[in-house]
Amino acid sequence: MRLFSPIEWAKESVMAVQDYSLLAWRSLTNLFRHPRYWADILQQADLIGVGSLPIVVLTGFFTGAVLALQSANSLARFGALSFTGQLVSLSMVRELGPVLTGLMVAGRNASGMASELGSMKVTEQIDAMRALGTDPSKKLVTPRVVSSVVMLFFLTIISDLVGLAGGSMVSTLMLRLDLNQYWTSAWQSLAFEDVFMGLIKPVFFGFIIATIGCHYGLRAKGGTQGVGRATTQAVVAASVIILVVNFFITRFLMAFFPMQ
Amino acid sequence: MTTSLASPQPGTLPEPPRKTVVFEDVSIAYDNRPVLDGVSFTLERGETKALFGVAGSGKTVILKLALGLIKPDSGRIFVLGTEVSATRERNLFEVRRKIGMVFQESALFDSLTVEGNVGFRLFEEHCPIEEIHERVVEALRFVELEHTVDLFPAELSGGMRRRVAIARAIITKPEVLLYDSPTGGLDPVTSTTIIELLVKQRDVYKTSALLVTHRLQDAFTMADHRFDRELNRMVPVTGGAASNLHTRFLVLRDAKKIFEGTAAELVASNDEYIKEYLS
Repeated sequence: MRLFSPIEWAKESVMAVQDYSLLAWRSLTNLFRHPRYWADILQQADLIGVGSLPIVVLTGFFTGAVLALQSANSLARFGALSFTGQLVSLSMVRELGPVLTGLMVAGRNASGMASELGSMKVTEQIDAMRALGTDPSKKLVTPRVVSSVVMLFFLTIISDLVGLAGGSMVSTLMLRLDLNQYWTSAWQSLAFEDVFMGLIKPVFFGFIIATIGCHYGLRAKGGTQGVGRATTQAVVAASVIILVVNFFITRFLMAFFPMQ
Repeated sequence: MTTSLASPQPGTLPEPPRKTVVFEDVSIAYDNRPVLDGVSFTLERGETKALFGVAGSGKTVILKLALGLIKPDSGRIFVLGTEVSATRERNLFEVRRKIGMVFQESALFDSLTVEGNVGFRLFEEHCPIEEIHERVVEALRFVELEHTVDLFPAELSGGMRRRVAIARAIITKPEVLLYDSPTGGLDPVTSTTIIELLVKQRDVYKTSALLVTHRLQDAFTMADHRFDRELNRMVPVTGGAASNLHTRFLVLRDAKKIFEGTAAELVASNDEYIKEYLS
């Protein structure tokens, strides 16, 4: 059995970070170089966007619903039940919409990308593509990055809306709140900075999901077991990085848009 | 940076380099274990070079180095006048379009049909669909698999996959072909069919080729057979004519080149290892 070497581990970690940085950088610079794979971008947009719609709708709806249920319980103690719409709206748009959508899409698509590219890597299909004169970072990575960023943006908007709808159903049907009051409160509480914060996050999260998924896929080795390992690592890494980056984006934007 | 072996003089037509692949003192190691140690050789235009050696002796590494898929630790590699060992990945794709590679396990794209695989380069170059279809069928006819156009790789046998990989490699009429164990794991009949295709490619299109193989009989068949266009099959060549077939042998042992020469020279070698290898 080989003994664990901290120096080897450190070297490998630095190499992995270097590889990831290069891949992420290339995925962006490829946008300004020919050829551009529009058909692949559309195909990925369909897979990532339309394919993720059911889980995003379900997650958004029930998150909004449970948020209304929980917050109503607390707000009722202070006689502020009418603020339920405001609370659901701010929570969904600023935080839960983008983060939960990001996590759901990470679970579904970062794993899909890692396993697809990983299988191609271990069966020499990536090498074959390079041998045929095609740059895999242009053909495989950039279309996934573009599609993830664009589709996550729209999926987050859908999630926010469906979450508010879930909250409104609970508020009107279970809490007996007025529907107009709920939507007015939800709408009026939103300021530019809330919407901006909620819609800038999916751009970063989409980029993280695609680059992490592709990075682990393209580094896969060791047959089907290696592909499985890459898939798991991609989901875990993408989810954790989304949560960490979310904290820093929030902190950064709060410095720009101080709380009223 | 791209370095050229021979730059054409201004005002003259560029002459294709006579040497298609040049390895100069190339070394590479994995996990501190040398895989190639100071290996040098040249592949002339129209020549086929068969690379021999036991498993793990670095034969496949030579092909991957020639394609620029991996970089050597030291030494220089020129392919079609470009120093691939010193060229950035981004600039290598142009050179790779002039090279055809048949991978050991075929490496067909499993989510594309046979047509998608064979015509991959043409689709990438945005050729008209009708032209792509025509050329795909022509390439598949060369390997006698034109009926498989709409099938997926998973629906083909191992030998058929290997022949589709050959069709994919030759469709753009590359100047250099790299074959990685094209007959490995196949039955003798299918192996002979594939070797016949390689002989046909060598004699009809005069393509330079590096052939990695474990099967001595495959390389010897290539060395003493020529393709007869009228009979549409390969026929044996005897006597001095065999030396015109441009097939040479290179043997690797312990990361070093220990032999380079013709079939006759290989058989006449006094090297104990080669004698044992041939026996």
